Order: sequence, then structure tokens, then C-alpha cells
Amino acid sequence: MLYIPCPHCGLRNETEFHYGAEAGVAYPDPNALTDSDWAKYLHIRANPKGWLAERWVHFAGCGRWFNLWRNTVTHEIGPAYLPFTEQPKSPANGQEGLKA
Amino acid sequence: MNTNDTLAPGIIGRRRAAALPEQPPQLWKSVKPKKAYDIIIVGGGGHGLATAYYLAKNHGLTNIAVVEKGWLAGGNTARNTTIIRSNYLWDESAAIYEHSLKLWETLEEDLGYEMFFSQRGVLTLAHSVSDVRSKKRNLYANALNGIDSEWLTPEEVKKLVPIINISEDVRYPVHGATYQPRGGIAKHDWVAWGYAKAASDLGVDIIQGTEVTGFDIRNNKVQGVHTSQGTIAAGKVGMVAAGHSSVLANLAGFSVPIQSRPLQALVSPLLEQVLNTVVMSGAVHVYVSQAHKGELVMGAGTDAFNSYAQRGGFHVIEHQLAAALELFPIFSRAQVLRTWGGIVDVCPDASPIIGLTPVENLFINAGWGTGGFKATPGSGWVMAHTIATGTPHELNKPFALDRFVTGHLIDEHGAAGVAH
Ligand SMILES: Cc1cc2nc3c(=O)[nH]c(=O)nc-3n(C[C@H](O)[C@H](O)[C@H](O)COP(=O)(O)OP(=O)(O)OC[C@H]3O[C@@H](n4cnc5c(N)ncnc54)[C@H](O)[C@@H]3O)c2cc1C
Ligand SMILES: [Zn+2]
Repeated sequence: MLYIPCPHCGLRNETEFHYGAEAGVAYPDPNALTDSDWAKYLHIRANPKGWLAERWVHFAGCGRWFNLWRNTVTHEIGPAYLPFTEQPKSPANGQEGLKA
Repeated sequence: MNTNDTLAPGIIGRRRAAALPEQPPQLWKSVKPKKAYDIIIVGGGGHGLATAYYLAKNHGLTNIAVVEKGWLAGGNTARNTTIIRSNYLWDESAAIYEHSLKLWETLEEDLGYEMFFSQRGVLTLAHSVSDVRSKKRNLYANALNGIDSEWLTPEEVKKLVPIINISEDVRYPVHGATYQPRGGIAKHDWVAWGYAKAASDLGVDIIQGTEVTGFDIRNNKVQGVHTSQGTIAAGKVGMVAAGHSSVLANLAGFSVPIQSRPLQALVSPLLEQVLNTVVMSGAVHVYVSQAHKGELVMGAGTDAFNSYAQRGGFHVIEHQLAAALELFPIFSRAQVLRTWGGIVDVCPDASPIIGLTPVENLFINAGWGTGGFKATPGSGWVMAHTIATGTPHELNKPFALDRFVTGHLIDEHGAAGVAH
């Protein structure tokens, strides 16, 4: 069980949250899209082996979405931050691991 | 096939556990990688080994290496709960999984290797009115595709599985089930060994403990792979790396719509045989069978988040066991011997990707997610065809990577509502 730091409620059990995959995927301009850009927006999300900035929603608490750095190999939790705020630096410190 | 080894439904007794044949000390030749191969398969799981075997057997290509970063079948192949069935909803899925099931039916003879393939039937339970509707829809689709599948009432389910609780007075009552008599289980590590031995006998090099760390790509054409043991040249390369498919695709310079998730399973200690068919319930996340030696084998749901850690949270196991106990009260006296996890490669439509990539001569077989063991023979068969001829087999054409652009998804998630 992960312990996840909700920016609003503090440290809570993983079972209070739902997962939202890669954070910071911008909504594309629908008028300027090719089919393959659209497919990318719909279906492709980062899946790195290492640190990932990802979305969570605290459905059983404040009900709000936020972002979190988490390591997909060690399950180590990094900083949490609010959407549309500046993203904290990756805890990887240059050791990015394998991107995907 | 072990037909006389399989219990008739409703009969409880001990299978011939003592009759496991001795393993020969060496099943495949151990080799040093050559400088170059016609074809390199990345990933020594069941699908990679089957691909190599059918390349040799069906297409006469034997200058092939299977390159595995760990040990043979140490990925999902020998971590899965081995449920085999073909009663999928959509025509495209039914076709490829049924092709696979037909191959399973003669696989032990074909490979000359026992795998304890046991067609003990697979029950898929329905727990609500809408569940019944969607399972029946599935059943009618199966009938149109000539796939054996029948509807059982709760009483008929009880007859087949005497230990099941069909009381109305529970959280998820059994409202009926689909039953595929030809479905079943097999011994997964033996499946990998059988393919490895047969491929090796035909001249395929099996190279363990060697990680592919990059691709040699020039003019958008793959020329070889970089590995922890140096660069190996190759005319063609097949990526068959399950949970690591995104990582490998990224090394080759393209993206795949895959997320890697932990999926867990567990076993009990060895028990008297109490269950001689496979019971699945997508709604309550229970998948259980009893292996030939007597351990109850159960699968859980996936953990919610991306991971490469090959382990999951214990609350997922607890959730799964709570549901299993309600269905099978007798299990309350069994213990959990061991739990483990694998990393499964999940596609948005819960269907695999098998075919060409944006890089010439580089092929991909991925995205089988929580349900690819059953497809091992069929997947290897069509992947071998795709690599050998450079064009997809009829059966894997619909599973191309570009379906995410065309929108021709094969949505087995919502439709089937089951994971394995
Ligand atoms: C707990 C669990 C239960 C499951 N239950 C079922 C079930 O009941 N029925 C069913 O049909 N399916 C089931 N599955 C799914 C099934 O196991 C997989 O879909 C299937 O095994 C995947 O294909 P594979 O055998 O080739 O994968 P794997 O055995 O994972 O093979 C991939 C191989 O690639 C290797 N690799 C990765 N990266 C590299 C690299 N860079 N260089 C070299 N090698 C590399 C890995 O080490 C691995 O050995 C289950 C899975 C799990 C985890
Ligand atoms: Zn909160």
C-alpha cells in the first residue's frame, strides 16, 4: 500500500485515491490536429522505468486532482504539486532511468 | 494431451502428482552470442520462444537468437495463473485466441514435451442482471464464431463445482455462468521449456542473462541490437518483451500506447483436489484453479499505478481473497503460501499489438496485458509469419499498431469484463 501525500489532506492510504497516469498532458488544439496527433493525445502516456510525474485524485477525501513524482521501480514517493503550478524538479537528479 | 489425466467434472480425487517426469539436466544448448543473426527475438518469455520455434518450424529459418535479460520465463510466463480459453467477444479476438487454443490441443505432441495441458473447462461467473446480459451476448458471439461455450444456471454451476456458494444471500450472488469446456490450464514453466528445447533442437540460439540496451538503426532500418554483451547484428528484430515493451519501443524511437502495471497471484499449500475446473469472476476479481499437485492458484486484479517493480500492494490480495472466500467458504481454512507479481503491458483496448513498427525490419508483439499466456502458441505462430514474410498474418492484421490512429480498436475491456 502506498502512502500518498495529498497536498490538501496530508498523508493517506493509496486506497483513498484513483490513478490518472502521466501528468501535464496538454489538451491539443482540435483545429490544428492530424489523426496521429489526436491518437497520441488519446492513447499515449509516459511509461518510464524510473521517475514519473503522474496524476492522482483523492476521491475519498477532498476529491481533488493533484500531481505527484513517484518512482516506478522503487515505488519511492517524491514531491506532490498542484495542477497548473510549476513542476518541481525530478527527484532523479539527472539519473533519469529509462524513458518510455 | 493429458486427457485420461483430467478429472471428469464433479469427480474429486488426486491427480497423479507423483508421476512428474524427471527433468533432464540440459534442455537447450547454452551458447555464446554469435556476431550476427538473421533474426533476433528480444525477450525469452513464452511468446518470444514460440516465435523463434515457429520461425524455425514453419518458415525454415534457424539462424535466430532469443536474447533474454534475465532467465528463461522469469517474466510473466512463469508468474501467471495459466488460464486458457478462447471465448472472447469480438471476431478478431475470437479468431486469434481460438487459433491458439487449437494449437494447444496438439502442442505436447508437436513439441514432444509434456506441459500438463488440461482441458478442465473454464467457468466465467455472472453476478448481476447486466452481468448476465453481457455474458450472454458474449456467448452468442462465440456461437457465431463456432467457439464452444454454453450457459449454466446457478444449479448447474453448483453441480460442476460442488464447493461453490450459490446462495442468493451474499454480496455477489452467482446468477449463472458461461462455460467453455475446451478451456483449461497448463504448467507454464514447462511450456517455456518445451518451446525452448524444441527451438534449440532446430538450431535456435537461446541467450540468457543478456539485456538489450538499444537498437542499431540506420536509415530507419534496424541493423542489430546493443546488449550488455556487446552489439549483435541482425537482419530483422522482433520485440517480444511484455512489461518492458514501452522501454524497448522508446529505445527504438517510437511510442506505444502501453502502461505497465503490477498483476499479482498467490497459491495455497498443497491440498486434496476440491476443484477440477477453472472459475473466473471479473466482477469480484477471482480467478481460481487447482494445479495438478494440489495448490489453489488464484489471480488478483492489477494494481492501480504504473510500475516495473514485479510486486504489488497487499490490499489487492486481501480484496481478492475476500471475494474468493464468499464464493468458496471452504477456502477459509486454507493458508496463503506465497504471493508474487508480474508486470503486465496494458493497452487502452485490452488487446495486443502484433505487427510492423515505424522502423523497417523491426517487429513488435506486445500489449497482451493480463491475458497473454493462453495466446502463447497462436501469438508465436502469427509473429513468426509476420517476421518471416514482412507482412502480418490474416489473424494479426487487425492488431496493428496503427489501429490507435485509425480508431479500429478491439475493445475487449468493457465487453468481456474479465481480465484473463
Ligand atoms: C500474475 C499474473 C497472472 C496472469 N494470469 C494469466 C492467465 O491466467 N491467463 C493468461 O492467458 N494470461 C495471464 N497472464 C498474462 C500473461 O502472463 C502474459 O500476457 C504473457 O506471459 C506475456 O507474454 P510473454 O510470455 O512473452 O511475457 P514474459 O514472460 O514477461 O516475457 C518477456 C521477456 O522479455 C524480457 N525482456 C524485457 N526487456 C528486455 C530487454 N531489454 N532485453 C532482453 N530481454 C528483455 C523479460 O525479462 C521477459 O522474460 C498473467 C500475468 C500475471 C503477471
Ligand atoms: Zn485530499
